[in-house]
Amino acid sequence: MSFVEYSEFIQEGDVVIVFLGHDSMMQVKVEQGAQTQTRYGVIRHSKDLIGQRFGTKVTCSKGGWVYVLHPTPELWTLNLPHRTQILYTTDIANITMMLELKPGSVVCESGTGSGSLSHAILRTISPTGHLHTVEFHQQRAQKAAEEFREHRVGHLVTVRNQDVCKEGFGVMGVADAVFLDIPSPWEAIQHASNAMKKQGGRMCSFSPCIEQVQKTCEALSEHGFLEISTMEVLLRVHDVRSISLPLPDFGPDQLLESPTNTPVPINASVLCKTTTPPREMAGHTGYLTFATKPRM
Amino acid sequence: MADSEDDDSQQRVNEGDYVVLKRGDIYKAVQIQKKKKTVFEKQWFFLDNVVGELYGTTFEVVTGGTLQPRKPKHVESSADAKEAGTDNRHIQDDGKSQKLTRDDIETLKEQGLKGQEIVQQLIDNSTTFRDKTEFAQEKYIKKKKKKYENSVMVLRPSCRILAMMYHGREPGKICHLRYDTLAQMLTLGNIHAGSKVLVFETCAGLVLGAVMERMGGYGSVVQMYPGGGPARGGVENFGFPPHFHNTLHEFPIQHVNALLAGTLDTDAKSIDPTTTDDVQANGEKSDPTAPQMDSTDAGDQSMETNPVEISAVEKEAEEREKRREIRGQEKKVKMEEKRKKLAAAAALLQGRNADGLVIASRFHPCPVLLGLIRFLAPSRPFVVYSQYKEPLIECYTKLREQGGAISLRLTDSWIRHYQVLPNRTHPVLLMSGGGGYLLSGTTVATDTQQVKTAPTRAEEPPAKRAKLDEATEA
Repeated sequence: MSFVEYSEFIQEGDVVIVFLGHDSMMQVKVEQGAQTQTRYGVIRHSKDLIGQRFGTKVTCSKGGWVYVLHPTPELWTLNLPHRTQILYTTDIANITMMLELKPGSVVCESGTGSGSLSHAILRTISPTGHLHTVEFHQQRAQKAAEEFREHRVGHLVTVRNQDVCKEGFGVMGVADAVFLDIPSPWEAIQHASNAMKKQGGRMCSFSPCIEQVQKTCEALSEHGFLEISTMEVLLRVHDVRSISLPLPDFGPDQLLESPTNTPVPINASVLCKTTTPPREMAGHTGYLTFATKPRM
Repeated sequence: MADSEDDDSQQRVNEGDYVVLKRGDIYKAVQIQKKKKTVFEKQWFFLDNVVGELYGTTFEVVTGGTLQPRKPKHVESSADAKEAGTDNRHIQDDGKSQKLTRDDIETLKEQGLKGQEIVQQLIDNSTTFRDKTEFAQEKYIKKKKKKYENSVMVLRPSCRILAMMYHGREPGKICHLRYDTLAQMLTLGNIHAGSKVLVFETCAGLVLGAVMERMGGYGSVVQMYPGGGPARGGVENFGFPPHFHNTLHEFPIQHVNALLAGTLDTDAKSIDPTTTDDVQANGEKSDPTAPQMDSTDAGDQSMETNPVEISAVEKEAEEREKRREIRGQEKKVKMEEKRKKLAAAAALLQGRNADGLVIASRFHPCPVLLGLIRFLAPSRPFVVYSQYKEPLIECYTKLREQGGAISLRLTDSWIRHYQVLPNRTHPVLLMSGGGGYLLSGTTVATDTQQVKTAPTRAEEPPAKRAKLDEATEA
């Protein structure tokens, strides 16, 4: 197992995702002899996991069952331990495409945070790219580095514990793309520009507040960035439902010319297959500002 | 990675390259061919001067249709205190404030005035310009610049640019797939280097190209195609290096059932991959120039008794025979190649261990999904795009009944652009009404019967678990 390459069978040391049911999942580190408690009973790693194929159904001690899934950055985003507010797949997907990330891309990112976006970037730039990620909080930086190693992507990433606004990304002239998710991105624009390749590259800044966006756009413009574009993306989920709608009874239809006066059955209803929106939805995560650094 | 002259040469446009022309928000994909007239935004020009220049260069369209690289922009002096008004209470919108007529402007254009100069002329000849507020003046200048701008930027193609181009120019060709929806598909499908991805699309090859870009030439992509041949003209626009095409396979869906049943014989000579060899399929054409002469000419030859002429006739007949043989051989070789390719694609599919499935077509997604999902290994993602919601509701329902898939989600993506300017920040006035719908999910093993109610030994009351499922899913 690795987060950048599929494998078929579960091995010791793997991180797997246990699917418990609708929207309920958890991450499990597979260890010889270990056990994991779930609401359906105990999962015994040696017997139930190791050597099994990813995607198989595992029956727990109480009789209930779960599915064991191969980890992906998307599943990780939904199951990782939050050390900070994280980016979710909707934003991540757009960032990935708009930054033109692909195998071989060199990316600079700050802050690393809980590593949600980091895992997605690593998946996309593997096997020949590299991620330089900067986190100013020491424990978070350490935890991130640990996780990358555990997830077998350590060779693709360098974690630096420093302040990107003061010290930059630690590299110069190598990045195809730079991503900023920090409180004051305008203070890091110069560093972002320095980190990018001479032929230019793509830049993205994620900010929850419009004032941050305004300052950032101004800084981007001052530093010669082009194609500055701000947007926001939201995902709408549609819950599929079978809806039963009762029919009204207006009494027997007296205008009908046919003698067969079939009375409308009481409590008649019609079944509709449709979707309904969830009661609440994510209304705002942050504004995404993209720009292109031209060849200098 | 230190920069060197080496890097530079890779940044320069070569003849034959696929590039994207850009002006403002308008994009057009073209192939650089010398002496070929290209039309872009109602202007005709030749791309010859682009060869040898760096990607990202902006060119001015000069009279005569040549492109001239533009010198780096001089920073406009916004420091001068321009005369401006405070509001529009006295400004009459009578259409008479601009003193230049359309003919005047045409004359200026013919004189070869640059876009910027024309805009300055318009400002000078506008009676109301100095009464406008500063913001209004900026807006006016921006608008005129956009209209009289004469520049074209030459860009390297990318999924982002091509997706925006297709959506802006020819949405019908791509089933109205909006670029952010495409972005979701690539991520939800966990498309990455080294995997084996199946693609079924009728989006002119945009989706296929996007998948290939994310694979980076590693792994394999099998394009499942309906009908005569795989339509993938859009893939060319990505300008992939040649070795990328080694990872691209195709398989006609009319053989899917046979393949799944194990009755597909790829050795059979009768197998005709049914490529009609027309326009878009691999650029190959079957014997376009060779006339099918065979027997007729030999018969037309008059029976000359002259020995010299006889030998000439014989020689010609021999050569014709030779050419016929060569053509026959070539055809055989081609057929054999096609058969081999089909067998290779079938081999990739046979293992039923594909890592991802992406569907985006005008066909009803339900049968496509149910037909192709069988090729996926368990614990792998699939994504189905449809312009409409109802067909995906059907997919969802059928998959729930059939089992073998979890985390089914029917979603659509909402995108809004912003204008960000000091004191003028707000969402842009027009936004996209819709970008299509996605159904995504993950496969699971189907060997064991999916039990909806908890088995006997459960300590928890079985009803609890069953209710959990029913309350939330149809």
